[in-house]
Amino acid sequence: MSPAATPGATAATTPGATPARRRAARRRPRRSRLVTRRVARWIDERVGSASVVRTALGKVFPDHWSFLIGEIALYAFVVLVLTGTYLTFFFRASQQEVIYRGSYAPLRGVRMTEAYRSAIDISFDVRAGLVMRQMHHWAAVLFVAAIVVHLMRVFFTGAFRRPRELNWMVGVTLLILAIFNGFAGYSLLDDQLSGTGLRIAYSITLSIPVAGTWLASLLFGGEFPGPDIISRLTVIHILLIPAVITLLLVVHLALVVRQKHTQFAGRGRREDNVVGTPVWPTFMFKSLGLFLITAAVLAALGGLAQINPIWLYGPFRPAQVSAASQPDWYMGWLDGALRLYPGWELRAGGFEVPAPFFPAVLLAGVTFGLLYAWPFLEARRTRDLEVHHLLDRPRDRPVRTALGVATLAFYVVLTLSGSSDVTATTFGLSINSVLMALRIAVLSAPVVSGIVAYRLCIELQARDRARQAHRAHPEHRAGSAGDRPAGRTSAGGASVPPAALAREPRQGVGEEHQRRQQQPPAEQEPVGHEGHRGGDGERPDARRR
Amino acid sequence: MTSDESPSGAPQRATPPHGGTPPHGGTHPQGDTPPHGDTPTGSHHAGRAGERSVAAAFALSMAAALGLAVVYWRGGQPQLEGTFLALALGGLGVGLALWARYFMPHEDVEEARKPIASTEEEIELFREEFEQGERILTRRKLLVRLAGGSLATLGAALLFPIRSLGPRPGKGFKSTPYRQGLRLVTSDGRPIKAADVAVDNVLTVFPEGHVDEGDTPTLLIRPSGTNRPRPGREQWTPDGLIAYSKLCTHVGCPVGLYQAGEHLLLCPCHQSTFAVLDGAKPLFGPAARSLPQLPLRIDAKGYVVAAGDFSGPPGPGFWDRDRP
Ligand code: HEM
Ligand code: FES
Repeated sequence: MSPAATPGATAATTPGATPARRRAARRRPRRSRLVTRRVARWIDERVGSASVVRTALGKVFPDHWSFLIGEIALYAFVVLVLTGTYLTFFFRASQQEVIYRGSYAPLRGVRMTEAYRSAIDISFDVRAGLVMRQMHHWAAVLFVAAIVVHLMRVFFTGAFRRPRELNWMVGVTLLILAIFNGFAGYSLLDDQLSGTGLRIAYSITLSIPVAGTWLASLLFGGEFPGPDIISRLTVIHILLIPAVITLLLVVHLALVVRQKHTQFAGRGRREDNVVGTPVWPTFMFKSLGLFLITAAVLAALGGLAQINPIWLYGPFRPAQVSAASQPDWYMGWLDGALRLYPGWELRAGGFEVPAPFFPAVLLAGVTFGLLYAWPFLEARRTRDLEVHHLLDRPRDRPVRTALGVATLAFYVVLTLSGSSDVTATTFGLSINSVLMALRIAVLSAPVVSGIVAYRLCIELQARDRARQAHRAHPEHRAGSAGDRPAGRTSAGGASVPPAALAREPRQGVGEEHQRRQQQPPAEQEPVGHEGHRGGDGERPDARRR
Repeated sequence: MTSDESPSGAPQRATPPHGGTPPHGGTHPQGDTPPHGDTPTGSHHAGRAGERSVAAAFALSMAAALGLAVVYWRGGQPQLEGTFLALALGGLGVGLALWARYFMPHEDVEEARKPIASTEEEIELFREEFEQGERILTRRKLLVRLAGGSLATLGAALLFPIRSLGPRPGKGFKSTPYRQGLRLVTSDGRPIKAADVAVDNVLTVFPEGHVDEGDTPTLLIRPSGTNRPRPGREQWTPDGLIAYSKLCTHVGCPVGLYQAGEHLLLCPCHQSTFAVLDGAKPLFGPAARSLPQLPLRIDAKGYVVAAGDFSGPPGPGFWDRDRP
């Protein structure tokens, strides 16, 4: 780190310190600083890093709680790599049959694969092994959860719009890889639960028309269970997918830096600037704190909350199944879809497309296909091809918000369906009626929740408008609008397209598309999004400084 | 990380990047109250309280890390390890966050956004340089084509190793080891006599020598009701014994539950239900097909043996399952 990067170092002394202490405090940093300086210079002479690092440290990140979710995902991944690396030292990816003789008494003398035995050993005989295993699994659960919530944040605020479509697609790929790797992870252990999950994965692969048997054979090395599946999954889980995830994370973050973070409008936040905390030191400290707190929560979960107690499930036997076996939460929707889809399959000329193809392969394909395409679909529909750096508030985009809520409702019902049998037994209902109710819900819940979300958006907009009318200061407005004609070339010679600069007045959404076309937005009065900021959008007084 | 700020790598930090006055921000805006109260110039009282809480967090972290080391030393204990690790990490994290909160600047800083796309000139320059190189290449048309061709050929050749990943999906997918006369055995390899299966009971069995293979698990049932055999299967149920594949035709879970009263088989995975007396046809749930039935015989010594393979490939469907 170059010394130049330390901006206005804060006084090291504290009030009330003795003179001697103060002197010591002054002397000590000086000596260490000399060393740092020499190291920094040594590196700079070889790399020329000072100006680059300085620029990096001066980067500005807008503050909003919702921007932290992506960071949590990143930090969960860091914990995954650290704990996972520890596990690799002890895990044996082998399907060799052995007899268990470890310290967990109920399994002694039981025939099992080496993979399963090593996972049991990690749990009982490796010091700190169980905590690491459980932290790893909890981190996987959190990783996918944080990615999904992060995706929702990006979706509902329109952060995927131009120029960020590319990063949206990188993000969707990361989600898919995270889900795959999670599944691959808990399938490694070769316990009864993972075996059942693998059997289902195998069957879903088989269901693919024409190529299914080939794909299944190549993936599993033959017919299920296949002699090599555990070692293959291990390579996929600890090398292949993590490497790709790391690469894509780098691309993802580099794009965020390059394109600069989006921000909500208000308080001097415009399309042509980014306002927030600088990386050094405030943001860096906060973010490092967030990493450690994320890791702390995962450590607490890893130590105190049991997850995936494989010693209770027993080793995998193809003829056995543990009743009410539940996959990790992020696979629940797939399991639910498999339950709800009726036994409809296509047959013609001796060929068939088996039923699971539709709820598993087709649904997943359509889901992720639509996710990839969404930025382009929306831009096409709204004819909005402008660059956007200011975020939408969900209420200002009722159609998008309603669609998003409806989609979420669909997947929530599917996920709930993944435990339909548990629901039935818990509430003493017949499994048939629960299934029927869920089949109705999966079709109706999206419609109902979509309509409710849409109405709510309109309602909130009306409330904002009323509040604004109540608080309007015409002089203020006129002043600020005249001060900075919207859409003009802004400071620093950076020319931003006029339409991108203008904020839109809230209106009924029906006309959303036409409005964008007909009215040059630059003409509009900049009423903007200040309502939620509680401040006056333009703050003419702030500009005096 | 590269500097995308300006070609010269000139500092952009904190200072308003443009000539004019910023609407908001700047490193040290006088008279602006930062959102979080205390700053380097904040009141002494808040400063001391802040320092105390940060120090406490770091001290807690240190103590917990020591505790963790002691727990390891003494042999380890999962709950304590987790707790101490959480406190050690959390104390450090909270300390850093509080530090940032109490003693670091919070006023907003502004950075200008420049258009991301390159300027026309830059694009033009790039194009020129690129095309210059391209012209050198395209002068040798034949070589370009040959190079492309050899790359494509190599690419195609490199696809072949994928073939090594698994055998050709042949007859194995459609048949099982069951053969005429092969005895049924339990999971510990014991052959079965007809009398071993009580009324309304069910046993999981395998073809002898193929216990616990992927496609062999079989259910041997002696239902109390009368079987309604499908045409051609009248002889498949000697002595009232019926055998079906245990693998669900949905996605292959072992069909684990037998409800003797209603003569139903239930799959625990997605609750498909099969009628035992009606050729195990699916009554409910997502399965589309009946469980394949195994023709049975009783051999001369009274053992239950197979009279052939299943009536169809066991387990889930696939593209050419019904083709010979
Ligand atoms: C990319 C995100 C990752 C996800 C979502 C993930 C998820 C999982 C899950 C859910 C398990 C099952 C854990 C259990 O219940 O015991 C697992 C096991 C395992 N993971 Fe990961 N993992 C990831 C990355 C990694 C990395 C980077 C490594 C190694 C460098 C690794 C190494 C392992 C090993 C060796 C096991 C099996 C050993 C055991 O748990 O006993 N994982 N993983
Ligand atoms: S596997 Fe039996 S119902 Fe799905």
